[in-house]
Amino acid sequence: MAKELYIQNYCSIKNNKVSLNGNLIFEENSEDIKSFFKSVYQYLDPKYSKFFKMDALSKLAFLSAEILMKEEAKKNIAIILSNNASSLDTDRKHQDSINDKENYYPSPAVFVYTLPNIGIGEISIRHQLKSENGFFVFENYNTNFHYNYENILIQNNKSEAVLAGWVNIDGDSYEAFLYLVSQNGTIEHTEKNLKQLYNN
Amino acid sequence: MEDLKLELKNNIIELLNLEDVNVDEIKDDDSLFGDGLGLDSIDALELIVMLDKDYGIRLTDPKEGKKIFESIEIMAAYITEHRTK
Repeated sequence: MAKELYIQNYCSIKNNKVSLNGNLIFEENSEDIKSFFKSVYQYLDPKYSKFFKMDALSKLAFLSAEILMKEEAKKNIAIILSNNASSLDTDRKHQDSINDKENYYPSPAVFVYTLPNIGIGEISIRHQLKSENGFFVFENYNTNFHYNYENILIQNNKSEAVLAGWVNIDGDSYEAFLYLVSQNGTIEHTEKNLKQLYNN
Repeated sequence: MEDLKLELKNNIIELLNLEDVNVDEIKDDDSLFGDGLGLDSIDALELIVMLDKDYGIRLTDPKEGKKIFESIEIMAAYITEHRTK
């Protein structure tokens, strides 16, 4: 018999605002992405100084996960994320550091973030997860793909819950919509509900 | 030498994004790795690039870094002796 799955919690970070389950929990008109993410970090206060070493995409994924995983005791939580720009924001920074052959000093700390799934690694280290994970690149948030993958993972006992969603950064533009799928909650895990919550 | 030590502390904080560390908190003989500042292997690579970029010192063997980056005191002494710019 199929398990009944729910969107246990969901959060979004965009336009200088942080929301949890549709409620605004933090807002600040910061000068730039870096300042805003730092303010959100200070608001959440995870006491995790490695945050400051992350690239912008990992910071966004980390902060979103921090909101949803704060009181989460489960350990077998899969992570399925997607976006449109992959790690392009950091790729550009790396490219800038190697453009000039006379001033060729690529930064190892930048280079290690030239893959989008590094953010998943940061979340896994933080929450000590050794679960299935994947990062996919789509034109737009693909509710059909996400719904099916999340459903299959839990129905087949590959994970107890799935932390999933859309985490995108490109230049000054950023957007995160993350949610936790599990057998707890009140919002049914359906493609329609994912679409509706994302568009809110 | 004291100026160089201060310069190194400031550079390390900025380069390695140690946003919760102040210059005053880094003592000259503090361990930079392990129990000290808690730097990691990627930080070590950043410091190797910094030696090359800022002081013209090119380490051919990354293992050399282990001794050189032991503390600010040791780093400053090595840079003073080997710098080409």
